[in-house]
Order: sequence, then C-alpha cells, then structure tokens
Amino acid sequence: MSGADREVPAASPAPGTRTEIWRVRVDPKACMGTGICAGVAPDRFQVRDGISHPTAAYVPPEDQVVDAAESCPLEAIRVTHRDTGALIAPEE
Amino acid sequence: MTITDPHPFPFSEPDELRIDPRFEQIREKEPLCPVQLPHGEPAWLVTRYEDVKTVLGDPRFSRAEAVRRDEPRTRYHRGLPGNIMEFDPPEHTRLRRVVAKAFTARHVEDLRVRAQEIADRLVDEMIAQGPPADLVSAFALPLPVTVICELLGVPFEDRTRFRHWSDALLSTTRFSPEEIERCAGELSDYMAGLVAERRKHPQDDLLGVMVAARDEQDRLTEDELVAMGVGVLVAGHETTASQIPNFVHTLLEHPEELARLRADLDLVPQAVEELMRFVPLGSASTARYAVEDVELSGGVVHAGEPVVVSTAAANRDTTVFTCPERLDLTRKEAAHVGFGHGPHHCLGAQLARMELQVALSTLLRRLPGLRLAGTEEDLVWKAGSGVRGLEKMLITWEAAA
Repeated sequence: MSGADREVPAASPAPGTRTEIWRVRVDPKACMGTGICAGVAPDRFQVRDGISHPTAAYVPPEDQVVDAAESCPLEAIRVTHRDTGALIAPEE
Repeated sequence: MTITDPHPFPFSEPDELRIDPRFEQIREKEPLCPVQLPHGEPAWLVTRYEDVKTVLGDPRFSRAEAVRRDEPRTRYHRGLPGNIMEFDPPEHTRLRRVVAKAFTARHVEDLRVRAQEIADRLVDEMIAQGPPADLVSAFALPLPVTVICELLGVPFEDRTRFRHWSDALLSTTRFSPEEIERCAGELSDYMAGLVAERRKHPQDDLLGVMVAARDEQDRLTEDELVAMGVGVLVAGHETTASQIPNFVHTLLEHPEELARLRADLDLVPQAVEELMRFVPLGSASTARYAVEDVELSGGVVHAGEPVVVSTAAANRDTTVFTCPERLDLTRKEAAHVGFGHGPHHCLGAQLARMELQVALSTLLRRLPGLRLAGTEEDLVWKAGSGVRGLEKMLITWEAAA
C-alpha cells in the first residue's frame, strides 16, 4: 500500500474532500463517561472504564463526529482539521 | 428465552427512599427478570450496572421502536407526540442539538451566580419568617422553577398552573387517565401559546432559540418544538425540586456524613454525586426494544423484546460499588448512572448538578443546626407519582438571637 492510498478515507468521500482528514480527541479530564458520543457515533467512540475513547484518531469528514462533539455536555470532544489544525467542532 | 410468568412491577409501592430488597436478589440471581409494568406488554427488567449501561447506550436498543409498540411503562402518559424520547440517533441528535448548548457545563456555570442569588433570597425569606419552614414550598420548588423559567422563558407567575399539569404528566396513580390527558392537552396548548408569543416578540431565551431553529433553519417540526418546550419545563424542575428535600432527608439520616459535609463545604460537589447514586428517584426507565439479539450478562435479549432498567439497582451493584448501601460522600468509584447513560443521558444533568450544589451549600451554610421540625411521622411523602419525594418537609434551625 502506497502512502497516498493510506490518505484515502474508507467511506467514499464527496468530491473535493478527497484528502480532508479530521483529528478527533477526547479530553479525559473533562469527560464524565455519559455515553452520549458512543450512542450518537457508535463507530467512532467507545466508553471504557468510564471514559470515552475515539476508535480512531484520524477520520474522514462525517456528520456523526460533529454531532457527537456538539452533543457532549462537557465539551470534552474536539474535532480539528488534521492539516490546518482548524477547529471543526464544537462551536465555540 | 421468552418473557413468561412476569412479576408484577414495581415490586412494591415506593416506601420513602428505601429500595425494595428484591432488587438485590434479582441483580444477583435473575439479571434478566420478566416483569409486567402497570401499562404495556411484559418486559425484561435489567439491574446490573454494566447491563444497564448497555441497554441505555448501545444502538442495538431502540426507543423509536417503542413508539410503534405497546411499550411497558409505569406511567399512563406516553409523552407528547414528537418528544425527544421517541427517537434514536441520528433523528434524536438533530433534536437534541437544538437545545444542547444551553445545558453544557460551560453555559450552566454562567448561571451559577444567578442560582445563588435566588437561593440566598429564598433563605433570607425563610430566616425573616423564622423557623419552622416547609423546605419544599419555601426553597426546593421555587429555586429550580425560577431557574428554568428564566432559562426557557416561561413566566414564573404561571407556576401554579404548569406545576399542576407537570404533576399529572408524571403521575402513576395520582390522577385518572382522563385528567392526565386533559392536563397534557392544556400544557401543550400553553406551550404553543408561548411559542406564538415568541414569534410576535422574539427573545434570546431558550424558547426563542428553539423558535428560531424551526422558523429560520427548519431543524424541527412544530410538534417537536412544543414537545421540547414541555419536556424542558417539566424535566427541568420536577426532579431537582424532589431531590433537594430527598438529599437533605438522606443527610439527616446519616448524621456522621452530614457533620463531615458541614465541616467542609468543599465536599459539596462530591456529596451531590454520591447522593445521586444513593437516592432512588424513579422506579424504572422508559423501555428500549432490542433491534437484534443482544447478549447481556444474564442471557440474550431477542430482537423485538422490550427491556426496562433500574438505575437505582445499578447504582447499588456490589461488583462496582463497595458497600453500596453505605452513604460515603467521598466515595471514589465508578460514576453513578443516576442521570442515565447513552444518547438520552439527562439533558439537564449539568444544570441539576449545579442547582443541587448551590442548594445544599446554601442550606448548610445559612441554616445552622438544620433538622426536622417534627418527627418522621410529620413528613408527607408523595404518593402515586413516578418521582419519589416529599410533599411537605417542615424543618427548623438555630435562629440568630
């Protein structure tokens, strides 16, 4: 597998977003393990030992990841552009 | 395994804040327990901590399916059409995101100063009147009612009316089905009236935010908007109003823990968490239906079968909490599930936490020697409601000379 192949998101991407990759982080100090994110985006978050963990640090752009970040009452999830670092969710 | 020979549930009428001992036996011996609730079809009752989290958090268990079925339930009323408990993600998320920002820890923290002002004013009035006072009507109700009225944008002067409707919606046996239907209709019409008012005169309160989300962004239907307003108003005060006296009562029954807390009010946030674990507020959750076969610790729930959970039983799970029947304000174990788990985790949990912290710290700081004014027999416990709590709780304290 070439380096370029690894950059291609698993899901079929919309035109123009081929190379866009998001970074997903959970702040373990803020997280209270409500399980909201894992219910909203079960492929992307798992609660283990009372704390949420992203199943992958880098993901293709997906509504469910934004939904999870926007639904967290502790605002413990941060979604950023991998390359630019720009904040995608939650809204400040 | 199919759901046969169900036990009548709840196992017994609520007895103050005691937990029926059958929960402990069932959690150990019958982790999938067939039960028949007062309304709807038979269900599995789930009581173990990890199983409860799975049922509430795993997308293989659905709320939307419950709407299409005769769902098992403790209360007669099924909720208004379009209410958020009728949906699974992603539909549920679409609705929840309309209001979620108002209930983040960060936003709620901004309301703490105002909640403290209200709490202090209420205690000022209690002190001016002198003891005894009814903790429920003088403090526990008006604090969360004032906060939610201001947050949502509902006139505080209407509280007698909406409190009555709210009681009816949460009733198990206290109101007749006809009364409950009538009250649900009146509360829904009342909220629709407030929505119409917002359209004429936009405001930046939460109701205004919800109306803008519908009218400008088409994020929810009119039914969903009204049901959300009602849900926030009812859930936004009743539970906290019940828990304040429940917490004070529990602390008075545990004088050593109360003394620890009085000596160090910095323990209040931890105390609120432990009291949330310890006090059984409701009897059973709303039902979830398995959409495929799911293996829990006690067996398989088959696709199409309904499950209800007892968070109170899960909060006493001996595999998770050491001596769970003991109140230990500095307990550092797993998080309780008193606010639920998963996508439907209590929307107002951070608001409730803040209000309960403000309530406890204010009462303990400003009413030295706080205790019951009469005896246990003078306490009036609610009957026929899905939420445990006190109708009336006369308290006294050491008045300044």
